[in-house]
Amino acid sequence: MGDVILTMKGIDKSFPGVHALDHVDLEVRKGEVHALMGENGAGKSTLMKVLTGIYKKDAGTIIFEGKEVEFANPREAQSHGIVIVHQELNMLNHLTVAQNIFIGRESMSGKLINDAKMNEEAKKLFKQLNIDIDPTEKMGNLTVGKQQMCEIAKAISHEAKVIIFDEPSAALTEAEIEELFKIIRDLRKKQLGIVYISHRMDEIKVITDRVTVMRDGGYVGTLITEECTKDDIISMMVGRVIYEDPKTESAVPKDAPVVLKVENLCAGKMVRNVSFELRKGEILGFSGLMGAGRTETARALFGADPKDSGKIYINGKEVDIKSPRDAVAHGIGYLSEDRKRYGIVVGKSVSENTTMASLLEFMKGLFINKKKESSTTKEYVELLKTKTPSVDQLVVNLSGGNQQKVVIAKWLVKNCDILIFDEPTRGIDVGAKSEIYHLMNELAAEGKSIIMISSEMTEILRMSDRIIVMCEGRKTGEIDISEATQERIMHAATLRD
Amino acid sequence: MGDNNKKGNAFTNNPIVRAIGVQKIVVVLVIIILALFFSAMSPAFRKYPTLVSLFDYSYYISFMAIGVTFCLITGGNDLSIGTGMICYSLFGGYLITKMHVPVAVGMAATILFGMAIGVINGFLVAVLDIPPFIATLGTMMVTRGLGSIVTGGMSISWPPANAANGWFRSIFKIKGDGKMLPVGFLLVLFLVIVMSIFLNKSRPGRYIIAIGSNKEATRLSGIKVVKYQMLAYIISGFFAGLAGIAYGATFQSIAPGTGAGLELDAIAGAIIGGTSMTGGVGTISGTLLGVFVMSLLKTGLPFIGLQANWQQIITGLVLIVAIFIDVLKNKRAERR
Repeated sequence: MGDVILTMKGIDKSFPGVHALDHVDLEVRKGEVHALMGENGAGKSTLMKVLTGIYKKDAGTIIFEGKEVEFANPREAQSHGIVIVHQELNMLNHLTVAQNIFIGRESMSGKLINDAKMNEEAKKLFKQLNIDIDPTEKMGNLTVGKQQMCEIAKAISHEAKVIIFDEPSAALTEAEIEELFKIIRDLRKKQLGIVYISHRMDEIKVITDRVTVMRDGGYVGTLITEECTKDDIISMMVGRVIYEDPKTESAVPKDAPVVLKVENLCAGKMVRNVSFELRKGEILGFSGLMGAGRTETARALFGADPKDSGKIYINGKEVDIKSPRDAVAHGIGYLSEDRKRYGIVVGKSVSENTTMASLLEFMKGLFINKKKESSTTKEYVELLKTKTPSVDQLVVNLSGGNQQKVVIAKWLVKNCDILIFDEPTRGIDVGAKSEIYHLMNELAAEGKSIIMISSEMTEILRMSDRIIVMCEGRKTGEIDISEATQERIMHAATLRD
Repeated sequence: MGDNNKKGNAFTNNPIVRAIGVQKIVVVLVIIILALFFSAMSPAFRKYPTLVSLFDYSYYISFMAIGVTFCLITGGNDLSIGTGMICYSLFGGYLITKMHVPVAVGMAATILFGMAIGVINGFLVAVLDIPPFIATLGTMMVTRGLGSIVTGGMSISWPPANAANGWFRSIFKIKGDGKMLPVGFLLVLFLVIVMSIFLNKSRPGRYIIAIGSNKEATRLSGIKVVKYQMLAYIISGFFAGLAGIAYGATFQSIAPGTGAGLELDAIAGAIIGGTSMTGGVGTISGTLLGVFVMSLLKTGLPFIGLQANWQQIITGLVLIVAIFIDVLKNKRAERR
């Protein structure tokens, strides 16, 4: 680690009704990867937004390269060498890679944009980073991982001195994360200061030098990563140690009845001849790299996308699932990875969301029986320990973990015995994550059967009774939890044709 | 996964086809088929004057369509161009014939009026954040009423070709010795080229595409989104003004209160030409081709005995089909 390049001291920021940042400190040195951790809503992103001029601070000082600074907007921060790689990738899908990298500072020849020169420059950048991307490709055609590399290339091209990664790995697979880490280590060697925001404890241990922890908008402390354990960090974040014990052996009896059997399911290029069985009370993990076809398999099974061929049996009887409606009628519930788009209606209340899939049972003549609706919802709010002031609260006001619980309640009300969890804890903070895990284990113990799609290796190993591994639309492995290791899963996940 | 889009059949993989774009080639085929169809059904359609009137119909739609393409690419829309065009044309014609200002001044005023409404549209959409559909629906009604107020409810005729100040008509059509030359097409072609370069090779053009692709990302890149979003509406207003001149120059008289629905010809043209309703995608040359489909329908349908009401029905159907194709394309892109 080199000299201090950036110091934020006593940063204070309030929004109407919320004290978002309460005298927060952060110090970043050259050649350091500095983790910024905290649960959702702890104020990490707000702090970075203050730094890059998206928000104005109420109090405190920012010293960058020995001088006090206050940036008016992200562009000004950029031109000083502080660049943020956003959590939600800010891509212009209709423009090319090079056009994206140089947006706002195009190479000109006279009044016209010189695209050829920009392509050349982009090529040089990629070479510097050892990445293979065609600068003339449309951004929308790249994978999320590649898009992230472009964001980094863009940051480098700003001659960045400090790069902030805001949950860079949230949408990446293990392999892509490895590649990302290689680049980050490279940048560290070049004496850049790096701020790394993430929820994933494993990554923090692997890639960072120091950790600053925030809680509820306040500064908790800074630790040297090597000298602390995961539990130290977690207890600083939430004030208590949590997490379910990982499974080492399946609790499901070998002769448990098969509730779902899928035979040779085919749907487009991403689902090719997939067969598997799901037993009563089992959590079946689906692992694989991004684009392995796991979500596509779930969607085809659920009837959300058309399938080309294949048979589905539920409780031994063949069923014909043509639409989500058919799937729900057969007791299958799907919890999408993209809650806001497919899982919940954010502008509606907890009770409206809870009863949405089974509204017919709550009708009294032509009208909805509000009393029954709210009493049933209350039951599930208590059962799932959903944190909401009332059942009439709009879902948009709940945290990610509690939103997920509302979706679970929706399918439980519908009496679904088979639940498909697609990335159940994406974007959910550590505390809530543990609760979701606990809940899933309880559901399985009660005899519900769960398919869990996850890109997080630790989640797969912690939760699954059995693991199906996919690669390029094919099933490439089926591993019992007692024999599962990261290496075995990764091996199967990269078994290409 | 990134390779999926590269897979296709031999036709779509052909480098020439890829450079021009599949949709444009299909539209050209549609134009040829329509022209052959009308020619086969009606001998009168095959005459030269029909071609001239085809061009006459294409000018004002072309101008409106070029302009609205910019709004569509930002992910917006401009419904005010149809009634706006009539309003600006009434205003300019009124200045020339009733107030006796020089024709050039009247023409400039027509365009400036269009740009002024463009500024208002841009302000409503970019600054006040009113949904473009609603904002321009509002100005559509405003311009419809304004046109009538300006002329006191009277129809207006721009000076005829044989009048002393009728020279402007020869921008679009040269008449003499019983011959007619639709030279306005050259102006359209010129503007298509200029605006294509503007869209694809200038900074404002690039930012207009960027806004339609991802407005928030564009803003975070430090680009003044409000400015360029407004610019798109001002361009649309400019071309609506130009369309007003073309309308005044090619038609006998302009009646107040008309023009509603003409914007749909232009919007349909743009969308047939490959511009997406969801923003980020569109070309000016494609728009021109799409406009030709619309003006072919407008001139051709009467020849096979389908008058105004049928034309409206067919325009509506064509619009729905074009947008449906756009929806399909977006769905396919999402599935990748």
